[in-house]
Amino acid sequence: MGRFELEVAEIAEPGAEAPADTERERKMETGEALETAVEVENLNLWYGPSQALFDVRMEIPERQVTAFIGPSGCGKSTFLRCLNRLNDLIPGVRIQGKVRFHGEDIYAPGVDVIALRKRTGMVFQKSNPFPKSIYENVVYGLRIDGQNRKSILDDAMERSLIAAGLWDEVKDRLRETAMNLSGGQQQRLCIARAIATEPEVLLMDEPCSALDPIATAKIEALILELREKYTVVLVTHNMHQATRVSDFTAFFYLGSLVEFGPTKKIFQKPDKKQTEDYVTGRFG
Amino acid sequence: MRRLATRPREIEATRRPLVGSVWVQLVRRGDPFVWLTGGALACAAVMVLGVLAIIASSGIGAMWPRPLTRIVTKDGSAYLGQIIAREEIPSYAEGAGGHRILMRIGNRDLYGVDFKWFDEADLDSRSRPVDAIVMERLEWGHFYGTVEAVRFPGGEATGDAAWPRLRREIRESRRRSTEIRRMESREVGRTNAEIEKTRLAIRRIELSGEAATPQGKASIEGLRERSAEAVRRFEALRPRLEGLRAADAEYRVIVRSARGETREYPISHIVRAFRPNEAGFLGLVGVYLSRVGEFLSADPRESNTEGGIFPAIFGTVLMTLLMTIAVVPLGVLAALYLREYAKQGTVISILRIAVNNLAGVPSIVFGLFGLGFFAYAVGGSIDHVLFPERLPSPTFGGGGLLWASLTLALLTVPVVIVATEEALAAVPRGIREGSIACGASKFQTITRIVVPSAAPGIMTGAILAMARGAGEVAPLMITGVVKLAPKLPLDGQFPFLHLERKFMHLGFHIYDVGFQSPNVEAAKPMVYAATLLLIAIVVLLNLAAILIRNRLREKYRTGAFG
Repeated sequence: MGRFELEVAEIAEPGAEAPADTERERKMETGEALETAVEVENLNLWYGPSQALFDVRMEIPERQVTAFIGPSGCGKSTFLRCLNRLNDLIPGVRIQGKVRFHGEDIYAPGVDVIALRKRTGMVFQKSNPFPKSIYENVVYGLRIDGQNRKSILDDAMERSLIAAGLWDEVKDRLRETAMNLSGGQQQRLCIARAIATEPEVLLMDEPCSALDPIATAKIEALILELREKYTVVLVTHNMHQATRVSDFTAFFYLGSLVEFGPTKKIFQKPDKKQTEDYVTGRFG
Repeated sequence: MRRLATRPREIEATRRPLVGSVWVQLVRRGDPFVWLTGGALACAAVMVLGVLAIIASSGIGAMWPRPLTRIVTKDGSAYLGQIIAREEIPSYAEGAGGHRILMRIGNRDLYGVDFKWFDEADLDSRSRPVDAIVMERLEWGHFYGTVEAVRFPGGEATGDAAWPRLRREIRESRRRSTEIRRMESREVGRTNAEIEKTRLAIRRIELSGEAATPQGKASIEGLRERSAEAVRRFEALRPRLEGLRAADAEYRVIVRSARGETREYPISHIVRAFRPNEAGFLGLVGVYLSRVGEFLSADPRESNTEGGIFPAIFGTVLMTLLMTIAVVPLGVLAALYLREYAKQGTVISILRIAVNNLAGVPSIVFGLFGLGFFAYAVGGSIDHVLFPERLPSPTFGGGGLLWASLTLALLTVPVVIVATEEALAAVPRGIREGSIACGASKFQTITRIVVPSAAPGIMTGAILAMARGAGEVAPLMITGVVKLAPKLPLDGQFPFLHLERKFMHLGFHIYDVGFQSPNVEAAKPMVYAATLLLIAIVVLLNLAAILIRNRLREKYRTGAFG
């Protein structure tokens, strides 16, 4: 319990951060050497007749954690699912605008959606392991690519499980069904599955909302490690979580991007009144 | 408080004291509804259990050997037989008020009938002679009487020695005749197959129009020679077979009926003989087990009223399996299209309703369709293209195992489609999206994630289809089931599985033996036993499928936290 109180305290006084991040912070503040992973231009989205996203513009920096916050129904998950075109599955969705993934427009005609999704791993709100063994869950992305060489699969599986912090807990029962894992383990398994194919961007849609505080802490620690290698985009309801793990924060409200900037700025001195009201808990 | 005071008068009027009358308490607790619903369930359960109990007790008891009773009527004639039933003489009949007994008196070759009613008032005496024997024969049903003598090459056993000798000789004779029959059927089968093959080969040459060419003539000549050779080989064997049979016929038994007539029978015609009044409980158990064994493993005799029902069991199981093999892939693929690929709209809804209603079409209609479409149209075309030399006798152009299985597959496909659709709909969206997000195509997602997760539900559909198909009779009667099939659809001759053959089926067998046989009373035990077996087979097939389903369920559990 003490740990969480401590974190609450951190938010109250965010100046007291670990010095390990100074390099990163310096870069962020100066805006130096931050490459753009995904660039979104004037994105509009309709579910049938009703519009869910209005003119969203954003540049998601590479190898940083970008958090999307906002009240329920503000379009942050919808926006996230535009980045790997998962909204294509929903009938009646219409999209306008451009999403450039490393410079390439993913909504251009002729885009190989499957190739795109292989380059963007995704973790969902509710952990969704497949009804297969732990091993098969992790190597699923490789298997569907036709990769069946045992040595390659074994390597990828071990590497991903280690990266997801699950290896020690499951290494003795890799052939058992993933359904017997606990909720937090299942979610970390899903992360392992998402990073097994070495994606460039990792999309996380409220990955901790169904987990207890201990499991949440593990996943948050994991996210901080993952940003060394991946561009992480995180949707969260939990503003404390955004301050704890993200480098940049985007605040959505009613389908529009209200404000986007370094997390510290958004939470300490946002430009917009709306943002300030939301992050200080005056509404939402 | 003010709001309470101004509560509307109508609502105030519906207020009741907190402690109500007994009736109110009953209604509030819902007791009458519990009784109503529970009663309905109890009714259903009693009916099901009653049917099962009747069939099980009659079916299991059918083979039990009953004691032999000797009766002498007041006019002095004596009968030996098994008492089957005793009942009060109905009021409209002569001798009303008394009782009468139904006896199986056997000896159909002597008496002409197997069963006879006796008024108890007409009986002079009853006894259970210990030396009375039951002889089950290949022809003419049971013989009840006593053994006089046993003749064998170089001797005769009479008196007390006759009975033990008879038992031994029956054992020996069964062994010998099994051997003779095996040899005979093997040789006859081989010869017939050879003759048929050469006949068809000749016919093929004739049809191809090459019969007049020198080459064609030569090959026809060669084939005729082969056919003749086969016949000669068989002829050469015949004296040996006849010698064996003649030697076998020298073993004979002389028996005496209750009326005093003596008869002589070849021992090779006797299936089994025992003394029910003398044999102890263990002896009777032995007879019972031997009868059950014969029932399960032997061919039928005496127009299906005696012997076994193995071909019918075999036909039922094989047909059900073939049906399942045909219906599951078809139904699953159709359901996959309906649920996963088709754009949900009016057309699909109508299609779905049509498929569901297909389950309600009377099964005989499917039978007619199967005969008309599968057998006559498809089968007829196959015959014209592939087996022209066999025409006009049909190969696939008549009812047969394949067509019967496909007809039943059609009959049960709605069950599989509905169950599969439900199972597919129950696969959580999360794991579908998870797979898509991993970069899987829709097809990969369906084959690797959705179908395995839906497998238990699909199995449920297959189980229902099997249960429905295994119990169906009406469509089979016109698409390939026969009263007596000369050969099993699976045997040692290429191509081993003969899909075009007619076959026997337990359901039809029950109908045939119970209602179409010349000796219905004698066939009754067979009917009960066959019914019990049919139920047992359906239950067994279902149990096997349920076990598989539970395995799958365990393997592909999709619960969030286990």
